[in-house]
Amino acid sequence: MLEVRDITRRFGGLLAVSGASLSVASGEIVALIGPNGAGKTTLFAMISGFVAPDSGTVRFAERDITGMPPHEICRLGLARTFQIAQPFGRLSVRENIAVGAHLRIADRQDALRRAEAVACQLGMERLLDQPAAALTVAGRKRLEVARALATGPRLLLLDEVMAGLNPTELAEIVPVLRAIRDAGVTILLIEHVMQAVVSLAERVYVLNQGRMIAEGPPAQIASTSAVVEAYLGQGAAQRLGGRAVAGAMS
Amino acid sequence: MLEPSILLPAAINGLTMGAVYALIALGLTLIYGVLHIINFAHGSLLMVALYGVFFLYKLLGVDPYAAMLVLVPAGFVAGYALQRSVIGAIKPGRDQNVLLITLGVSIVLDNLAVYFFTGDTQTIDTRYSLEMVNLGVALVSLPRLIGLVAALVFTAALWLLIGSTDLGRAIRAVAKEPHGARLVGIDVDHIFAMSFGIGTACLGAAACLLLPMFYVSPHVGQVFVLIAFTVVVLGGMGSFTGALIGGLLIGVTESLGGLIFGESAGQLAIFLIFIAVLLFRPTGLFGNRLS
Amino acid sequence: MRVALVIAAVCAVALPLVVTSDFWLGFCITVMLSTLMGAAWNVLGGYGGQVSFGHAAYFGAGAYTAALLGMKLGVNAWVALVLAGAAAGLVGLLTGYLSFRYGLRGSYFALVTLAFAEVLRILAGTVDWSGGGVGLYLPLRAGAANLQFASKAGYYYVALALGAGAVLVGWAIQRSRLGAWLVAIRENEDAARALGVDTFACKLKAITISAALTGFGGAFYADYYLYIDPGIAFGPGVSVEILLAPIIGGLGTVWGPFVGALALQGAGELGRRLLGDAPGLSLVFYGVLLVVMVKFRPDGLIGMFGRFARQRPAHA
Repeated sequence: MLEVRDITRRFGGLLAVSGASLSVASGEIVALIGPNGAGKTTLFAMISGFVAPDSGTVRFAERDITGMPPHEICRLGLARTFQIAQPFGRLSVRENIAVGAHLRIADRQDALRRAEAVACQLGMERLLDQPAAALTVAGRKRLEVARALATGPRLLLLDEVMAGLNPTELAEIVPVLRAIRDAGVTILLIEHVMQAVVSLAERVYVLNQGRMIAEGPPAQIASTSAVVEAYLGQGAAQRLGGRAVAGAMS
Repeated sequence: MLEPSILLPAAINGLTMGAVYALIALGLTLIYGVLHIINFAHGSLLMVALYGVFFLYKLLGVDPYAAMLVLVPAGFVAGYALQRSVIGAIKPGRDQNVLLITLGVSIVLDNLAVYFFTGDTQTIDTRYSLEMVNLGVALVSLPRLIGLVAALVFTAALWLLIGSTDLGRAIRAVAKEPHGARLVGIDVDHIFAMSFGIGTACLGAAACLLLPMFYVSPHVGQVFVLIAFTVVVLGGMGSFTGALIGGLLIGVTESLGGLIFGESAGQLAIFLIFIAVLLFRPTGLFGNRLS
Repeated sequence: MRVALVIAAVCAVALPLVVTSDFWLGFCITVMLSTLMGAAWNVLGGYGGQVSFGHAAYFGAGAYTAALLGMKLGVNAWVALVLAGAAAGLVGLLTGYLSFRYGLRGSYFALVTLAFAEVLRILAGTVDWSGGGVGLYLPLRAGAANLQFASKAGYYYVALALGAGAVLVGWAIQRSRLGAWLVAIRENEDAARALGVDTFACKLKAITISAALTGFGGAFYADYYLYIDPGIAFGPGVSVEILLAPIIGGLGTVWGPFVGALALQGAGELGRRLLGDAPGLSLVFYGVLLVVMVKFRPDGLIGMFGRFARQRPAHA
């Protein structure tokens, strides 16, 4: 469904992403991990149209979407969330989600009803009439997902949805995301929280300093030395040995 | 019509007027660079300062240049108080609010002036208002020449203040990262007010230099505010060098434009430049740093 | 709520039967005109969150279009009114296209709108064909067909229709998808784009509607006062007066512009009674009001009164 080929982006002197490629098939949950500053969010920004790549292509559902503006990409069915949640502060949760729903629905009342439905899907029924600015971090993250989901996407790009959640909140959101996939939405997520990656993702890509350094199922990735060294430094793989690594990274 | 003997004096005139524009813009760019607000009250504050110089001269016989000793500190205090009490500490939310507040302040000041002083324009005549200096290539009026020199001096002084003093360091810190500055113990609200005050102190100085070669009226603020914005945007928000060079450029453009195409053309040119810069190069000539 | 609206409508229509004083009718006309333009500004500034300091550009465009069409081409005043709105809308479209195409937001947008208005003011002052600095005196052509009425009541009804129409436009926008998108843009433009909102197109629509409505106000002004000049049409004072009403009344609400217009004109009148007709004082008062409202009650008068506060910005 999504095919990113050899994508590169420079910001002044900094090479943020260099020749990265990834693909996501319909119905998968794929994770993108990597240390801070690896370029993951920049990659998302290029896929979703907020930043144009210097070279390389992005294909979504058989279409070349490289460099298309974000709202058009969203209309084609690719929606993203932001790492730092961006709620419409003075609107209620319902009205927030309705903005997403309005992409496919013109009527106000219908959009508000769909917003309610999506909120229920994410367990947010009780928050519907609260102003978005009053939500906790976990609430805002969930709102990000709800809004994006309301646009009726085929592919959802989730940027660190788990960051800042406590173990209870984590345990709640993992099945919710799985349910979203089971309902027919493919998911590509950036994550730092390893237990979420391991329990959700079928495949994992690892980005380090702008380059894709590994790809494969989570268990295999955890023991790849290149990945360990990306997080823990050179020589760490040798010093640690295989088993301890997955624990060290989470 | 376009002979050097006509163009050159016009250009030099433009430079000297531009120097005053630069001084006015210096204050505005400092305020923007630190507080990140566009001070719509800047022109009105200049008008108040001009009336200050005017009355010091008319009532107490104080020479406008000497009046700087009064106007600069007074301008500083007024700006500090204004920022601290009226403009500062808005409820978080829209930043259009600050815009509207400075607009409100300018409306109040402009119309208080209309009420107290009526719409008349006033000028002063000092014994040297009409003196000319022979620069070899052209004759320049003395007040204008003083203005040019003073503007350069002030730019240098401000540059030193921001670059080399503790206060300047604090100001730069707040300009770059207010939250971080607060964390290391800098009183950010105080620094905001100090910066605003320095900005209005520049207006005090500009007024002293301006009155001998211009006039004062309740509407004079409106004349200068857009020009000041144009200079700041052209030179780059937050850049002193930009304000200086931008001011000089605008002054010359206005003067030459007015000479060649007629008076309103000069003004029109300024606004068209303004729009063009905003659209095509909003960071201006010298970019975004407080330098 | 419906009942209250019907009663209000009846009162509004019957007003000239009760209020016969020329002075108070004139007051009502001014309130309606202020409502019209406040509601217009509200579309772009209140719902869309794009603060314009240069709405005089559209007011003046409407005023001059109406005046010139009538004086130079003999166009009927009513037709000219409609065309004036269209012309102003076009100016809005143009200025909006330039501003939004180059990504101007917030203070930069406010500044550029101010500059556009000033450019028009200077141009109007230099072009002799349109009266130059002297301005235009519209000819007295009595008769309703020429939008010139023997009594103020006629003008009142036109102003009422325009003002009510503008409020209706605001109401329609608020319950529409465009309104939801505009508010989203206001709250967080990037988030809106990520949700598929074509922010450029939405803002263009908003500014065009806003400008057209303001243009109607300019045309009415020309036909009512029968004199315009560059300062009256394009001056910064006009831009300020236009934005005061919705800010004081309540940005992004349907009735904010009307409440604000009423409060503003009423307070201005009160000020004149108390302090005399000294030049500048009423504007000083407006300035103070602006500062106080923005600082302490940024949600406007409507936000202050509990019951109506439920009608938060862009509530369905």
